[in-house]
Amino acid sequence: MTDQQQRVSAGRSGLSLVVAVWRAISVPVAAVLLAMLIGAVILAISGAPPLQAYGALFRGAFGSTNAIARTLEKATPLIFSGLAVAFAFKAGLFNIGAQGQLLMGALTAAVIGFAVTGLPAVIHIPLALLGGAVAAALFAMIPGALRAFTGAHEVIVTIMMNYVAINITDWLADGPLKDTSGSNIVARTPQILDTARIPTIGSVPLGFVIALITAVVIWWLLNYTTIGFEIRTVGLNPYAARYAGMRVAFTIVMTMAISGFLAGMGGAVETQGVVGRYQPGFNTGIGFDGITIALLGRTHPFGVIPASILVGAMDAGSNQMQFSAGVAKEITDVIQALILFFVAADMIVRWIIRARTTEAAGPALTTGWGQK
Amino acid sequence: MQGILQLEKTSVLYRYRNLFIYGTLLIVAVLASYISNPVITTAVLASAVRQATPIVLGALCGMICERSGVINIGIEGQMLLSAFTGFLANVYLDNLFLAVLVAVLTGALLGLLLAFMSVTLKIDQIIGGTVINILALGLTGYFYISGLTTSGKLQPIRLGPLADIPLIGPIFFSNPPITYAAIILVFLSHYVLFHTRWGLRTRAVGEHPRAADTVGIDVYKIRYANVIIAGAVVGLAGAFLTLESVGSFERAMTNGRGFVALAVMIFGQWTPFGAWGAALLFGFAMALQTQLQFTGQFNIPHQFIGMLPYVLTIIVLAGFVGRSRPPAAEGVPYEKE
Repeated sequence: MTDQQQRVSAGRSGLSLVVAVWRAISVPVAAVLLAMLIGAVILAISGAPPLQAYGALFRGAFGSTNAIARTLEKATPLIFSGLAVAFAFKAGLFNIGAQGQLLMGALTAAVIGFAVTGLPAVIHIPLALLGGAVAAALFAMIPGALRAFTGAHEVIVTIMMNYVAINITDWLADGPLKDTSGSNIVARTPQILDTARIPTIGSVPLGFVIALITAVVIWWLLNYTTIGFEIRTVGLNPYAARYAGMRVAFTIVMTMAISGFLAGMGGAVETQGVVGRYQPGFNTGIGFDGITIALLGRTHPFGVIPASILVGAMDAGSNQMQFSAGVAKEITDVIQALILFFVAADMIVRWIIRARTTEAAGPALTTGWGQK
Repeated sequence: MQGILQLEKTSVLYRYRNLFIYGTLLIVAVLASYISNPVITTAVLASAVRQATPIVLGALCGMICERSGVINIGIEGQMLLSAFTGFLANVYLDNLFLAVLVAVLTGALLGLLLAFMSVTLKIDQIIGGTVINILALGLTGYFYISGLTTSGKLQPIRLGPLADIPLIGPIFFSNPPITYAAIILVFLSHYVLFHTRWGLRTRAVGEHPRAADTVGIDVYKIRYANVIIAGAVVGLAGAFLTLESVGSFERAMTNGRGFVALAVMIFGQWTPFGAWGAALLFGFAMALQTQLQFTGQFNIPHQFIGMLPYVLTIIVLAGFVGRSRPPAAEGVPYEKE
C-alpha cells in the first residue's frame, strides 16, 4: 500500500466515523428541532412570545455557572432513569415503573442516611446509595417475575406498582418514619446526616460523575458480558434465545432488577445530593422523563447522557422561563412528548431530512398481553 | 334417572354453571348485607356502578381497538385530555351537552392520532400509546387554569317507577346520563361485535388480517374506524370524570383508570359483558375504599386502602392473563402485499 493510498483510507475512515455519528444523531437532533418548532407554534397560539420564552429557557439552563450547575444537577437523576428504561428496552421490556422504583430508592437512601450513625462519609455515602438501589431492584423484580412466570405485561404492572410505591412512601413519610423534630407537621423524613450527603465539587455535582461512570459500566455490561449478550438476545428474539438454551425467565427478572437498581440509584442520588431527606412530591416526573430520554438517546447508554442534559436543561430553564417570560413551565412537557413522537415516528423525520435507514430494527416492545 | 341429575354437557345450565353459582352467591351476599344495613349497602353498590363507568368505557375502548388488532395503552391519556377539553367547553360554552360532545370528539381525535401512528406509520404500538399519555399530561398541564368553576354537572335522572324499587332502583335506575350510556354501550358493542357484518369484519381483521384482506376487507380502513370509534367511547369516560362525577378538572385526575381499564378488558376476556362484570368488581373495590375512608372504623392507614384497586389489578392480571386468549393479530402492524 502506498503512502497516498494509506492517507486516503485513513481519511475515509475518519470521514466514515463522522458519517456514522451524523447518522446516529441526525434523527434525534431533527426530532428535537421539530418539537421545538411545534412548541413555538403552541406558545404563539396561547399568546406567549416564542423567541423570548426560548431565550429565557436557554439563559436559565446555560446562562451562568449557576445555571449550568443546576442543569447538571437536574440531569443527574435523569441519566439514571434514562439508563433504567434504556436497559430494560434491550431485553424488550418497557419499564414504565422507573418512577415508583426511584421513589423506593429515594426513601431507602434517606432512611440509611438518617438512621445509620457513626460512619465516615466514604462508607456512609455508598452504603445509602447502594441500599436505595437494592431496595428499588427488589421492587422492580416483582413485575419482572410476574412477566416471566405468569405473562402479566410489565407495562400495566409497572404502572400499577408506581401507585403502590407512591402510597407506601407517602405512608412511611407520614407515619413510622415521619420527622418529629420541632414543630414539623408535613409528611417528610428527618434530614440525612452530613456523612451521607453527596458533595458538589466546584459546580459539578459528584452525583453527575457517578452517573457518567454508571453509563460506562452499563455499556460494558451490555456489550462485553454474557448476561449482556443474553439480555440483547432475549430482546431481539426470545424464541431463539430459548432455543439456544438461554434462561429467558431468569434474564427477564434479572433485567428488571438491574433496571430498578439504576432507577433506585437515581432516587438515592436525588435524596443524598439535592433534597437531603425524603419528602413526597419531590422526585416527581423523573421516572417518566426516563422514557423520553431512553428513546431520544436511541437506547444507547452513551446516548442517554446528552438526552438527559437536554431534558435537564429544559427543567432547569423552565423556572426562568416562567419567571421572566410568564410562560407556564408545563410547555416543556409538551415539547418532550413531541420529541418522543418524532423520535418514535422516525419515518416522518427521515422523510423530512432525507436520511437513510442505517440500523437494524431494535427489540419489539409490543407483544401480546399474555406472553411469557 | 342419572341423565336428569347430571346435566347434559350441551345444556344451557351446564354452559353457564359457574355464572349461576357465583351469581347466586353474589345475590345472597348482597341481600344479607342489605338486610343488615340497607342504607350503606345501597350507597356502596350505587357508588360501585358509577365508579365502574369510566373503567368500563375505557375497557370497551381497549376492547374495540384490540378486536381490530391495535393495542391501545393510551387510554389514560385519551381519558385525561377529553376530561380537560370537556371541562373547558363547559366553562366557556356553559352547555353540558356540547361539553360532552367536545370530550367525545377529543377522544376520537386522539384515536385518529393513535391509528395514524400504529396503522400508517407502523410505530411500535406501546410507544404510540405512551406518546399519547405524555402528550395529554403535558397539554393539560400547560393549558390548565386554576380556579375555573362551572355552573353545574350532569344530574341523575330517575327512570319513573323503576327507580322506586328498593335496592335495585337506586343502583340501576337513578343514575346520571353517562352512566346509563355506559350500560347501553355494553349491550350495543356486544350486539355490533357479535351480531353484525361490521363486527365480524372487525374480528377477522384482528385475528387474521391477511385472510380478511384476501376476501376484500380493507384492513386499514377497519382499523382506523375502530380505533377512532373507541376513542369516542373513552372520550365519554373523560366527560364522566369532569362533567358528571367531580365537576371540575385537576391535574392527572384520571389516576391510572386507563390502565385499570386494560386489566379489566383482559379479565373480561375481550368481551363487553365480561368487561362490565370486571369493571363492577373494580367499581366495588373503589366504592368500598371510599366507604372505609369515610367511616374510618378500621384502623388501617388510608394509603393501604388507596392501594386496593392497583393491587387488585396486578393480581387479576397475573392470575388471569395466562389463561386468556387475546386477538391473534393484535400489536402487529399490517403490511399490504
